[in-house]
Amino acid sequence: MRAAATRGAAVLGALVLWAAIAHGNMLLGVVNPVLLPTPAEVGRVAIDLTRSGELAQHFATSLGRVIQGFGLAALAALGLGLLVGICVPLRFMAEPVIEFIRPIPPLAFLPMFLVWFGLGETSKIVFIGYTTFFPMFVAIAASVLRVDVVLLRAAASLGASRADLVRRVVLPAALPGIVVALRVGFGLALFVIVGAEFMGADAGLGHLIMEGRTFFNPAQIVMGALVLGLLGSVFNTLLLTAERRLLRWRAAA
Amino acid sequence: MAAFVSNVSTLVESGLRGPALTRRRALALRVGAVAGFLALWSLLSGAVVAFKLFNPIFLPGPWLVLGSLGGLAAKGQLWGHVAATLERVAVGFATGAALGVGLGLAAGHLRLVRDLVEPVVEMLRPIPPLAVLPLFIVWVGIGEPSKVGFITYATFFPIFLTTVTGVRQIDPLLLRAARSLGAGGLRLFVRVILPAALPDILTGLRLGVALAFFVIVISEFIGAEQGLGYLINDGRNFFLVPQMLGAAVVLGLLGYAGNSLVRLLERRLTRWQHPA
Amino acid sequence: MGPKIQIQRVSKSFGAGPALAQVDLDVDERELVCLLGPSGCGKSTLLNIVAGFLPPTTGTVQVDGRAVTGPAPDRGVVFQEYALFPWLTVTGNVEFGPAMRGQPAAARRALVARYLDLVGLRAHAHKFPAQLSGGMKQRVAIARALANNPSIILMDEPFGALDAQTREVLQDELSRIQRVEHKTILFVTHSIREAVYLADRVVVMTSVPGRVKQIFPIKLPEVRDRFAPEFTHYEAEITGVLKEEVAKVRE
Repeated sequence: MRAAATRGAAVLGALVLWAAIAHGNMLLGVVNPVLLPTPAEVGRVAIDLTRSGELAQHFATSLGRVIQGFGLAALAALGLGLLVGICVPLRFMAEPVIEFIRPIPPLAFLPMFLVWFGLGETSKIVFIGYTTFFPMFVAIAASVLRVDVVLLRAAASLGASRADLVRRVVLPAALPGIVVALRVGFGLALFVIVGAEFMGADAGLGHLIMEGRTFFNPAQIVMGALVLGLLGSVFNTLLLTAERRLLRWRAAA
Repeated sequence: MAAFVSNVSTLVESGLRGPALTRRRALALRVGAVAGFLALWSLLSGAVVAFKLFNPIFLPGPWLVLGSLGGLAAKGQLWGHVAATLERVAVGFATGAALGVGLGLAAGHLRLVRDLVEPVVEMLRPIPPLAVLPLFIVWVGIGEPSKVGFITYATFFPIFLTTVTGVRQIDPLLLRAARSLGAGGLRLFVRVILPAALPDILTGLRLGVALAFFVIVISEFIGAEQGLGYLINDGRNFFLVPQMLGAAVVLGLLGYAGNSLVRLLERRLTRWQHPA
Repeated sequence: MGPKIQIQRVSKSFGAGPALAQVDLDVDERELVCLLGPSGCGKSTLLNIVAGFLPPTTGTVQVDGRAVTGPAPDRGVVFQEYALFPWLTVTGNVEFGPAMRGQPAAARRALVARYLDLVGLRAHAHKFPAQLSGGMKQRVAIARALANNPSIILMDEPFGALDAQTREVLQDELSRIQRVEHKTILFVTHSIREAVYLADRVVVMTSVPGRVKQIFPIKLPEVRDRFAPEFTHYEAEITGVLKEEVAKVRE
């Protein structure tokens, strides 16, 4: 609770600082006041766009793409991550391929996805899926592989078959790592959706932000950025809480 | 399928990793798998042409990608693009790192600085840096400064945060011991705090490098005439897919090299952490 | 009836060299045999082979006349690191074996109650391992092994991670449990005191490569006094033999 309070105070302090700088600039005319919008101006843009329903629309579009892309990637990462963990030949085949593709920044493939899938929803969803798949897959496979041998031995000498070992030991033991991988993956999706919506998009928060640049409306850019920040914050907190709930056996008394 | 999943004997003997491989076998498997990947890619792109599955432009084989890169290199153009990208990353990262480490050390050590800087960082932290790129463009135009400024902004945060953590997580016992040996003020800072925080700082630098390469492309999609990102996006106009893939691979190699460099630095500077 | 466990000409080599040279050992039913020796003498390796976790390089291990090919519920194991499943409660851990076999809930509840009572942890049935002390965790591990009703229990330095007091308490508990359950126990330790306290026979092992050096039958009453002269006499005898081995490892 205290941590949230200090963070809240910090954000409030930042807002005050921002207002001070922006209004001060308006008074002193250091730079063109349009370039340094005040919190009030940003708020106005937000209200206008909310009233017209546009903000909600763009918000929903972005969120929809994130959820669909992430969902697909999560399923694939879970399935393949588990498989690679329990099937040694598969792992040796997959590892170098992953090492080959991993260093290439996913955004570098964005234009490729636009070429392959056109400018519509599909390209964005597939792109989000691609971006989030690899880090989640690698992390999930790693947490499967990390399962302590001792636990496998204990279960085996209690009579576990191979299927029992996978179901009753490997999965629950790898779960904490899997959950973290999913949370990080979702954060990555939110991180990258903006970029994906800068180009070849006519909807979404990223597009809204780009519009702010096209029509020389920095207040809109700032508003879009803040909305994204809020979105990311909220989801992060939600996922962390869910994680703690799911893994309550980890906490010492 | 059943034969491929490790059986109970293997699982209890060596866990899920399986028995350790000799270095030679591991290397052979790696090489084999990369070769296999390239072979599969070639096969698929060949099949597309042979069976007329779709326009082969969409899945060029690896030789076409290499050819495209080779062509650019032969014309002397490739280096210009590589240099442009590297320059932006290098300058942006260096600035971001200098600011991040400098401000981070100050904020970690001095309460006053921390109280001033923390609110701003906390507010900006959840915002994806990419969202701020258009703002930079509006502020300083579409040229180099906005790109470099953007990279600086993006790399600043992880480096700043890890530096602050690095300074603040120092075992107070170490500080007490050093003080009782007569170190104070600047001496304490340089001799004790800096080395103790170094591992975290280096981790932050490594994250910063990765982030820099992660985001540079986007800034080169918008308003650039040079750079690997420009090559990729430009390829869209004439469906020059081999060029797009080639530039992406080169970017990956550069990022890998940058990462390896920082890791090497890490190992050198923190040798005391893993005496081997 | 032949011996319960027959270790015949067992040796084990890893890549780096032989860990166990030829070992021949018989363990009779209801016996508690201690494998005693300095670090690295292969005693844990031998136990792992009997448990079925590692295949021997040569030789066989037979249990009830049948060769060991892998782990099985007739040989319960208690590990030094407890190896409790952290996502299950104490109850969940103890009933793991029976639950896997599909035993109905009512029978499982009775089983768990019985063995938690035996180790004195009934009150903690719903706690998670992260909430227990080391000694308590090990007691849960013992209950878990017993609840599966193995005829043999293999224990690999089970009290090694505990402080001296807890160690002695658990030795007393094990001794008491053995008087009730009468299992065949193979117990690995590097503590002479512990071995003399618990064992019917102490098998002293040499250092690398591991081999049986000498076997000491311990003719002491079931309930033992750590300060009795006969106890101390055994300790001294075995210490003498071990000292030679420890000196060799040091070189």
